[in-house]
Amino acid sequence: MANRSNNKPIVWRLLHWGIFLGVIGLIPIIFGGNSYYMYVATLIGVYIITIMGLNLTIGYTGQISLGHAAFMGLGAYTVALMTLNGYSFWLALPLGASIAFVAGLILGLPALRVKHHYLALVTLGFGTVIYLFLSNEHEITGGFSGLPGIPRPSFFGINLSSNIAFYFLVAGFLVVLTIMMLWILNSRWGRAFKAIRENDMRAEMVGVSLLAYKLLAFAIGAAYAGVAGGLLAPLMKFIDPTAFPVHESFWFLIMLIIGGSGRFEGAFIGAIVVMLLPQFLRGAQQLYFVVFSAITLVILIFWPTGLAGLSDVFFRRVLKRNPPQLTK
Amino acid sequence: MNNILEIKGLKKSFYQLEAVGGVDFEVKEGEILGLIGPNGSGKTTLFDCVTGIQRPSGGDVFFMGKRITRMKPHNIYRLGVGRTFQLVQLFPGMTVLDNMVMAIQESEGTILSRLFQIDESKDVRRAIELLEFLNIIHLKNEVAKNLSYGQQKLLDLGMVLMSDPKLIMLDEPMAGVNATLGREICERLVELNDRGCSFLVIEHNMRMVMGLCHRIVVLDYGKKIAEGSPDEIQKNEQVMAAYFGG
Amino acid sequence: MFIQLVVSGISIGAIYALVAIGFTLLWQASRTVNFAQGDFLTVSAVLMFILVCLGVPFILALLVTVGISAVLLGYVVKRGIIQPLIDRSHTTIIVATIALSFLASNSISTFWSAQCKPFPQIFGMTPYRFGSIILSRQHVWTIVIAIALILAINLFIQRTKPGKAMQAVAQNREAAKILGINISSVTTMVFVMNAVIVVFAAMLIAPVYMVRFDMGAQLGLKAFYSATIGGFNQIRGALLGGFLVGVIETFTSAYISTEYRELVVLVVLIAVILIRKEGLLGTEER
Repeated sequence: MANRSNNKPIVWRLLHWGIFLGVIGLIPIIFGGNSYYMYVATLIGVYIITIMGLNLTIGYTGQISLGHAAFMGLGAYTVALMTLNGYSFWLALPLGASIAFVAGLILGLPALRVKHHYLALVTLGFGTVIYLFLSNEHEITGGFSGLPGIPRPSFFGINLSSNIAFYFLVAGFLVVLTIMMLWILNSRWGRAFKAIRENDMRAEMVGVSLLAYKLLAFAIGAAYAGVAGGLLAPLMKFIDPTAFPVHESFWFLIMLIIGGSGRFEGAFIGAIVVMLLPQFLRGAQQLYFVVFSAITLVILIFWPTGLAGLSDVFFRRVLKRNPPQLTK
Repeated sequence: MNNILEIKGLKKSFYQLEAVGGVDFEVKEGEILGLIGPNGSGKTTLFDCVTGIQRPSGGDVFFMGKRITRMKPHNIYRLGVGRTFQLVQLFPGMTVLDNMVMAIQESEGTILSRLFQIDESKDVRRAIELLEFLNIIHLKNEVAKNLSYGQQKLLDLGMVLMSDPKLIMLDEPMAGVNATLGREICERLVELNDRGCSFLVIEHNMRMVMGLCHRIVVLDYGKKIAEGSPDEIQKNEQVMAAYFGG
Repeated sequence: MFIQLVVSGISIGAIYALVAIGFTLLWQASRTVNFAQGDFLTVSAVLMFILVCLGVPFILALLVTVGISAVLLGYVVKRGIIQPLIDRSHTTIIVATIALSFLASNSISTFWSAQCKPFPQIFGMTPYRFGSIILSRQHVWTIVIAIALILAINLFIQRTKPGKAMQAVAQNREAAKILGINISSVTTMVFVMNAVIVVFAAMLIAPVYMVRFDMGAQLGLKAFYSATIGGFNQIRGALLGGFLVGVIETFTSAYISTEYRELVVLVVLIAVILIRKEGLLGTEER
């Protein structure tokens, strides 16, 4: 963008895009033969979208949300129920995202009145309510028996039912949503979000409408989770409430912290690291939880910028200059 | 001369404690009005009520004839009331330039237009001009929290100037600032005042208050105890009693 | 039936109140919202259970658990995790306690057991009969012990010197500092105190819930709800909130639906937050 206040080397950006698109392109070339690997890669893509949304709400705007799994659930159940009843995926997904967006707006309202722990509690309560609803309203959601047989969509006549085809669909969404998020963060909205995080009282004193921006931060974050949920349903072909409990939201938080909260790369690194490691070390799943929660504590205490901060260390120590960032 | 700010019977109490107890005064257009009083006399609370950070318990505030009592802070700011803080309030993790641009970006257009506003060259140019005026241009890409206290104070002032406010409210601009810098700030204030900007200044530095202000209002225990020219105030026995133990 | 329900509601509410008091003490002393409060309780229950299984007499097991918990969940958590984060944002501490909660519950299920274990019925099984009213021993003793503890905590805070220092820190940190109170050590004391309170709560709840790695999760949340409904900065607020949540829950599951008993509490909670965010008995904080 023209006349940016602090010009970042264009090379740095191109490098990131090169890595990003390169990885997306290489995965099917290397793992294309293995349907399971493609499934895992797609799943990671879905979670990156969720964490990207969470990063906007928590990392950039500083508003804690413990209801992100519920937003994801709203998107997933909307798409599942609609496609199972014969509606098009391409109608269901935007609707699922919109429902999550509206839910985010409604949940954002208390954020205006209350802060910190109250906000954590309200969003947690929301997560619980959605989970209870999904588990107990058998007639609508199928309760704990879940919703099986969710169809995968087609795209202008191209059948996307194979894992590799569906991978490309999710990758497409990921690229588009990444561009949109970068746009938002580099626009005046992004600056206003950060201003709220840095000092919300002063932000209000320079004309920032806390009402509008806090609601937007919640709603956009929620819509990202909604889209992710809407992609998760056809990916897994089966969903039940246990995919969206309150603990899942905690887990998202851990991904974000490990990756780097408030850093654009954070969502990507966090989701990839946290989801990929268990694949290499199969077996005792509980052990990862132990390891990752311990790592989260260590990172919080000693290294608040998360793994995304690694490049900062490289820039400061080795190149002796300020590290460039992907967002202002 | 018109009144730019009118405060009528303004009250603010916390529980049973009355911080501001029915204060009346006005700031005339083009005037530098000093607001003085011992610690805890309700000066900052009064600022908070005028700028909308706190809800007054009673009374009214008018800005250029418009009632701004109970308006949201961001709307009051957009009308043209700028303010600095006793304890500097910045966006510590953002660069100096971003702090400056932040101070104006919400003043114009709709919220949606801000998502698509790509060209910020006008705001950036203005920010650079002001940073030059305040002699902190060399820090423009530095993160605000790395600035010294005096530099932060200048940045705070710079942010207020970004939006070209009609009324500037300064809360102890001299506190923690060395004498040289203090003189510079004073010169800048006079310069701005010559261009037509009105000021409401809280300050403990009496020499500055007496030298700079056209008129002075004195608060004690949340009540106005005196109002007048610097000379009149200096001769007022009640004021002396409030300050030097009575 | 009605009286039994009230007693059962008050009994569970008393435990909520106890845990909630620990919660509010932490908040007052250090602005820590402890999302791991429930897991502290689990850890204590598991420790006690292991000791009892090893043949240690119950009273001794309780005392040893109090000791371990005071050091591990009080001192170590405060010094190792909360202290370095105390000057950062509230959100950071919230995330840290969430991670701590994950760490505790998953460590138990990984390194100990993921199964339910029945805790010994320390109060005995034969119910008390008062005429036509039959009351469970567990309920009655829970209420008695919890109330005794709450009175003791209150006495400590009101009457002793360290208790008064705690109050001073809670009300005004700056003023407390000027008065020469060592805020850090007062905070550490509060963490230790909370760890001890939690052990007693674990003792009271374990015979009802059975010992399991996630037994505390719900309880910690309920305590959080209780503290918020009653008022975060008041002990009597936590008390009122605890009893209220206990009774509401018991009656909802008896008369409306077990599935949605949490929902009713949540509705009350959200209503309280939106209408009077400082809680029913709380005072506004700046």
